[in-house]
Amino acid sequence: MLSRVADNLFWMSRYLERTEHTARLIGVGLTQILDQTPQAIAPRWRRLLAALHVEPPGDNLDDPQIITRLLTTDATNPASIMACMTLARENARQVREQISSEMWEHINQLYLNVRSTSIEQIWQDEPVEFYQMIKERLHLIQGITDATMNHGEGWHFIQVGRYLERIWATTLLLEVFFRPYLTCNEGVIDAIDWVALLKCCTAFEAYCKVYTADVQPARVAEFLLLNAESPRSIRFAADQVQTSLDQIGQFAGTRHAAHAERLAGRLRAQLDYGQVDEIISQDLLLFLSQIRQQCSAIHDAIYQAYISYPINQALPQ
Amino acid sequence: MPEATDPVIGQPPFENYTLTNAYDEMFAPDGSIRPAYIELARRLCSLSPDELQQRQRYADLTFLNQGITFTVYSNEAGVERIFPYDLLPRILTTTEWQQIESGLHQRIVALNEFLRDLYHNEYILRDGIIPRHLVYSCRHYRREMRGLTVPRGAYTAIVGTDLVRLPDGQFVVLEDNLRVPSGVSYMLTNRTVMKRALPLLFSAYGVRPIDHYGQVLLATLRALAPAHRPEPTIVLLTPGVFNSAYFEHTFLARQMGIELVEGRDLLAHNNIIYMRTTKGLQRVDVIYRRIDDDFLDPMTFRPDSVLGVPGLFNAYRAGNVVLANAIGTGVADDKAIYSYVPAIIRYYLGEDSILPNVPTYLCDRPDERAYVLEHLDELVVKAVGESGGYDMLIGPHSTREEQAQFAERIRANPRNYIAQPTLQLSRAPCFVNGVIEPRHVDLRPFVLFDGERTTIVPGGLTRVALRRGSLVVNSSQGGGSKDTWVLY
Repeated sequence: MLSRVADNLFWMSRYLERTEHTARLIGVGLTQILDQTPQAIAPRWRRLLAALHVEPPGDNLDDPQIITRLLTTDATNPASIMACMTLARENARQVREQISSEMWEHINQLYLNVRSTSIEQIWQDEPVEFYQMIKERLHLIQGITDATMNHGEGWHFIQVGRYLERIWATTLLLEVFFRPYLTCNEGVIDAIDWVALLKCCTAFEAYCKVYTADVQPARVAEFLLLNAESPRSIRFAADQVQTSLDQIGQFAGTRHAAHAERLAGRLRAQLDYGQVDEIISQDLLLFLSQIRQQCSAIHDAIYQAYISYPINQALPQ
Repeated sequence: MPEATDPVIGQPPFENYTLTNAYDEMFAPDGSIRPAYIELARRLCSLSPDELQQRQRYADLTFLNQGITFTVYSNEAGVERIFPYDLLPRILTTTEWQQIESGLHQRIVALNEFLRDLYHNEYILRDGIIPRHLVYSCRHYRREMRGLTVPRGAYTAIVGTDLVRLPDGQFVVLEDNLRVPSGVSYMLTNRTVMKRALPLLFSAYGVRPIDHYGQVLLATLRALAPAHRPEPTIVLLTPGVFNSAYFEHTFLARQMGIELVEGRDLLAHNNIIYMRTTKGLQRVDVIYRRIDDDFLDPMTFRPDSVLGVPGLFNAYRAGNVVLANAIGTGVADDKAIYSYVPAIIRYYLGEDSILPNVPTYLCDRPDERAYVLEHLDELVVKAVGESGGYDMLIGPHSTREEQAQFAERIRANPRNYIAQPTLQLSRAPCFVNGVIEPRHVDLRPFVLFDGERTTIVPGGLTRVALRRGSLVVNSSQGGGSKDTWVLY
């Protein structure tokens, strides 16, 4: 497979995951504000914006339409649905002969749909449903990808892109919830917020099945960090990253693969054998930022091995 | 149900239909329906305008969702548009097709002979058939190609020739596109959409299939591979996602199951071309390139090109990689050289041309230039090296000012311009804004040549000038297209 194609598939997948993440967070934000006092709303939006690395639009966070515009149709905001979808589609367009026609058609349709929708239209109808629609369409795209594309090298690059992005986004999300909880008083984050955090990861129901509806911060952290079965947990994602890198290594020959695989294996082992009480008592925030550093290192190793390797090392002798 | 002689013009859905002195593809001058179109007329009379409209919308949506678009170069960077698709087929009988087929075969064989001769012995120049200065002053003539042996003598292996039909029903050649012709993907997708939009009509006719174009193209490219590479790696080289024909590049790569590469994916080392893959570097043997000569290799041609591959030309000269089409084929589709094609056919094949040329005035010749300058309001003036409807003047549809501007340009650089009489392109029924009206059309069949055989899939791209009365069919100038049926 062409290195550039691997690059496009990887980023297409990351941007699709990012779009879904933004849509999910907006959805949670909008449902959360329904039953709250105006004073309680602002810090919650601020937290969601921080999880997306987005500067709040001024001090005034009363108007959800302004916030949703920033996160949905504002193409100048790199975390907005429009910006992410444009890049996802642009990457898909550059490899449209590699992905299946069905994948391309659905990515293109979703892009056209987002592009032709204004924030006023979204608010005229039921905004929560719009974001629900985006999520469903993205799930559809993922399903179509799995069902119509060969599970070969390209598909594994898509997997790696998706799960690295997921790890990255989930650590940030955990951080914005746990930082006030761990550093200030407990009053800032209440039970509603822990539920919101789980919902931001579409993990509330899954959490309840494991721990019942008794939502405890340490258990939330355990679930999102270390659960082996939830596709939303960091451990599960790291597992997928390692498996796919393993497969890619087999396609490409192990000569290239060693470094990236070792890094992915190390991350996975750390999560496989991690204990949540230890992690919290040592330094959860440090742990999260270390995971992000490891993700960056894996990303670099993938590029070194498969995509932007130095030519003189690859020339025939 | 209409019979051939029934007057359907004036009746719905033909209430706005008119006949002029242009050849009408559907109706004879007396208003009777041409035999091949009777079934179409029947179906159209039985469908309500709403039903037609619905099918048209369905077709448009299919194109949009599949991203079958082209990019328009304008002030706004990279606007994607769908190529307007007209629902009604253009139908050619087997007799009409046979003449087109044998005419194109003859032409492509002769033009390849011509190119081989030009870049080797120059017999045709020595014998004074074509003036030397006309060849050497051609912008697309490449001295770098002198003495280079092209595999199987196939200089231009992939061709899309533009034909138009004159009022007497005769097809004539308007342009040979011998460099990087495009449009074949629209021919193929138009057919796919047609089969879905009007399946009953389609099955009522016996239409010859065109779907094997991809396989034939692949076989042609494979035939051109260097002899010492029995399992050649073939790639399609695209300028990238911002090129107007990018959709077509992806489409063809997929149809053939070959890698779609950009210049940055390739590199030359020791006169061998490699592509950068996740496995490491992989050798490339044949490049179906959709990049113009100028941009192929910054070390040989335009140094500012970032689309090409530094060192590609030397690898090509060394015979380690094959390009299709070869470099320098543009000299043979120069619009001034075009006027010599009948002479070229006679010179190499000893035959009269089966498909006539359009009479052409070379502004390079003083007497013809004088005539052109006096008759700018009647003629169509074109730049010799351009395509896509750029840099041209359509006399009868132009203003005095535009004519004066063009006169200046012609005087400044006469070699660069030719003129032709304004042709009455034939007209075909089109579904426009809910009614059926005639529009001017042309025809671009696609020819493949592997050095021995020519293959022309029965069909082509019928381009439509969608604006009423317009004669310009280019997609960049607001043209559309229709499916083209060749009957058994």
